[in-house]
Amino acid sequence: MNTTIMLFLVQDGITNGAIYALLGLALVLVFAVTRVILIPQGEFVTYGALTYASLAAGQMPGTAKLALALGIGAFAFDLFVARKALHGRLVVRSLLTNVVLPAIVLALTVYFAAQKPPVAVSIALSLVIVAMIGVYLYRIAFQPLAHTSVLVLLIASVGVHLALQGLGLLFFGAEGQRGPAVLSGAFTAGALRFTGQSLTVYGITIAFIVGLWLFFGLTLYGKALRATAVNRLGARLAGIRTTLSGQIAFLLASVIGALSGIMIVPITTLYYDSGFLIGLKGFVAAIIGGLVSYPLTAVAALVVGIVEAFSSFYASNYKEVIVFMLLIPVLLLRSLAAPAVEEEKD
Amino acid sequence: MQSRLPIIIFAAVMAAIPFVPGMPPFWIVLLDNIGLAALVAMGLVLLTGVGGLTSFGQAAFVGFGAYTTAVLTTSYGLSPWLTLPLSLVVSGSLAVLLGLVTVRLSGHYLPLGTLAWGLGLFYLFSKLEFLGRNDGISAIPPLSIGTFKMLSPGSIYYAIWVAVIVSALLTMNLLDSRTGRAIRALRRGHVAAEAFGVHTPRAKLLVFIHAAVLAGLSGWLYAHLQRAVNPTPFGAQAGIEYLFIAVVGGAGYVWGGVLGAAIVVVLKEVLQSYLPLILPGSGQVETIVFGIMLVALLQLAPGGLWPWLISFLPEATRGKKPDTSLKLEQRTRSPGQSSILLQVEKARKQFGGVVAVNNVSFDVQAREIVALIGPNGAGKSTTFNLITGVLSATSGSISVLGKKVDNAPPQEIVKLGISRTFQHVKLVPDMTVLENVAIGAHLRGHSGPISSMLRLDRADEAKLLAEAARQIERVGLADQMHQLAGSLSLGQQRIVEIARALCVDPMLLLLDEPAAGLRHMEKQQLAKLLRDLRDGGMSVLLVEHDMGFVMNLADRIVVLDFGTKIAEGTPATIKTNPEVIKAYLGVAA
Repeated sequence: MNTTIMLFLVQDGITNGAIYALLGLALVLVFAVTRVILIPQGEFVTYGALTYASLAAGQMPGTAKLALALGIGAFAFDLFVARKALHGRLVVRSLLTNVVLPAIVLALTVYFAAQKPPVAVSIALSLVIVAMIGVYLYRIAFQPLAHTSVLVLLIASVGVHLALQGLGLLFFGAEGQRGPAVLSGAFTAGALRFTGQSLTVYGITIAFIVGLWLFFGLTLYGKALRATAVNRLGARLAGIRTTLSGQIAFLLASVIGALSGIMIVPITTLYYDSGFLIGLKGFVAAIIGGLVSYPLTAVAALVVGIVEAFSSFYASNYKEVIVFMLLIPVLLLRSLAAPAVEEEKD
Repeated sequence: MQSRLPIIIFAAVMAAIPFVPGMPPFWIVLLDNIGLAALVAMGLVLLTGVGGLTSFGQAAFVGFGAYTTAVLTTSYGLSPWLTLPLSLVVSGSLAVLLGLVTVRLSGHYLPLGTLAWGLGLFYLFSKLEFLGRNDGISAIPPLSIGTFKMLSPGSIYYAIWVAVIVSALLTMNLLDSRTGRAIRALRRGHVAAEAFGVHTPRAKLLVFIHAAVLAGLSGWLYAHLQRAVNPTPFGAQAGIEYLFIAVVGGAGYVWGGVLGAAIVVVLKEVLQSYLPLILPGSGQVETIVFGIMLVALLQLAPGGLWPWLISFLPEATRGKKPDTSLKLEQRTRSPGQSSILLQVEKARKQFGGVVAVNNVSFDVQAREIVALIGPNGAGKSTTFNLITGVLSATSGSISVLGKKVDNAPPQEIVKLGISRTFQHVKLVPDMTVLENVAIGAHLRGHSGPISSMLRLDRADEAKLLAEAARQIERVGLADQMHQLAGSLSLGQQRIVEIARALCVDPMLLLLDEPAAGLRHMEKQQLAKLLRDLRDGGMSVLLVEHDMGFVMNLADRIVVLDFGTKIAEGTPATIKTNPEVIKAYLGVAA
């Protein structure tokens, strides 16, 4: 192998790894705060990517309608839960955030889709749509189950994944799509060519890692989220609204997912069901990171990306086998170093 | 033990179904599929619902079973009946390999780990040349008995459902046994089970193998039903589907697996065949509806449908009281044993920079009640954990009957005749008091999993339950024997823990705050019980905060403060010891 190929593979691996790192971070975040293993993370990726691609192509994405439908569902859930004490303010607030907001976004989407919006507008709309879907999904599917076991949450997560994947096919069809580059242009440094797109990927990943670090370290909401992650009941007793923590976690996860999708859709063709596998590789990184450590997850994600790049070059048939089997030695190490602490499960 | 009648009725109904006139052949196909899924789900019930180990990888074991028979019957011309044991062995031994890697993982690593190797194996199935890559293997011979070939779905129907019912019986037998209790205790953490000699990694591996063998059996049947295999049904989606079959049915109930399989298979079929009529159009509408229904079902019945259904039935008759005339072998107590039972010498435990136990030395003599007291954080429970092997000491030594037991695991300590209770009660709430207490006698039984499945363990089992019942009566909870442990008050649960510890037939009983949560009368009864035990030849080491209780009961008291021993002596001397008063009340004014 010559150096050029190696450098090229490493570069490719780092670009993919950066995406896996973002997804891994989102998974860690959601799991820590809500105990949900977020299998639909992959759908956030495809929804973001394909919404962006559809808008850029001047088509109306179905996701905007889904956001409104889910918002109405969330509103209904809010009303049902508060049925014994329906205060005007509560109803109005729920109506505004769950129905009026997605309705406005839908109107904007319809307006802009007709006239091939500029890239920035497409990105903004896609992010808002997927973010709303994420938050409403938490309200409808997971918040009522917040007290149950990790297993039940996991199965619910699978159910949501199935439904979203089916809807994805309905919205975007079976054909793959590509979107326009977020940042065009390129420059070469030695043998390597850096496209604006790949630089965007690096930049946003680093920005997110730093941003999350600051968010959790410095802001009150970030600390509230961490408190919820450590002890739900304790956090509630200290006055933290744990449902709000869950919504913030899902908001961040869906934004991160959609953003990842928007960043890769100019590089690779995405299909309605591509997200599952991409999300799973984020999982691999998150597991290697132990589902707790952000920096470790980011490093692991880069390793996953690079291993994937090299195995697709040398043994493309076994690419997925190698990536997923990468976990086995890691798990082995973890089990050898298994802590003897007692875990209380309920 | 549950009555066999419902199972016999169920078997009879299943046997009669194909003879119902006008039964559409398609329904038989559905029933075949339900049976195949039920086998896998049953394994998951044991693994996930009972043992608390979530696996997404079961579809891979189905694949091992199916591919083993496919390769051996087509390429090597073996008879399908010969490949049955081979399929099971292949699934089982790969389960050992994968299990050794994965089952020791805690909590959420495990499901994700299984998901990862499940996916990896799926891709392997679809890439390997001798497994036919993506096309798979076709022209697998049918099952046959003599000249009768099971070609139609109706003829293999019996093979499938015999397998389901036999597996269900064996699985239920396993759960209702010494090994089964160890498995059922897994979900609540391993410290309590290990304190009574259960080898938890081995128990986890056992359920893992059991589930894999059931999956392999399903795969073997599948290969001979379809007479062709390809990788698709063994992928991650299928693995996930098996798991939610178990959860929807009620993970924790063997028949929940069968019910879940019926619901999911029928639901999918109905959605697939009728939805396009209602909602024409492209796309996987049935997947969408299926996903939504799944979430809705979980929100309505998070515990699954089986427990929800049986809650409508009249409450099952109380279990009958075990025959307490049966006796287990007692520990041989050599008459010339040294009078020092337990010797703790300069035991030290550091957690990072924190010294929890600082060079503490004391001993416990035969027929003696020693109390370990001290303010909160004095290191009392840590000392208990050092003695019972839950934690290993940083330095110092601990000897039992003059023999050093430094850093032996809990399973070895309990064999020496030291049993304990816990500060935070560690019972299995959904097991009865009797079953919980019987875990204490784990090491005094000998039946393994195979004999339990085949019901060859009954003599052994009766003795274990008799011992458990005797100890329950001894601590005065005979009326609660068949109640679920979780339904008792906290004080009673502590007493149940004492009965469980007594089942070990211990020489030394370690009690961590036994009187907490007890009422005055109950405390007096407890004190009387402990005195009786001492007079019967047992020693007791207890941690307790109720000073009145301790001062009236203990022969000797050891006082710890910030990990260091500050005093030792009879209750009378301790009461007046200035160091002790200072530790409890602060500097004397």
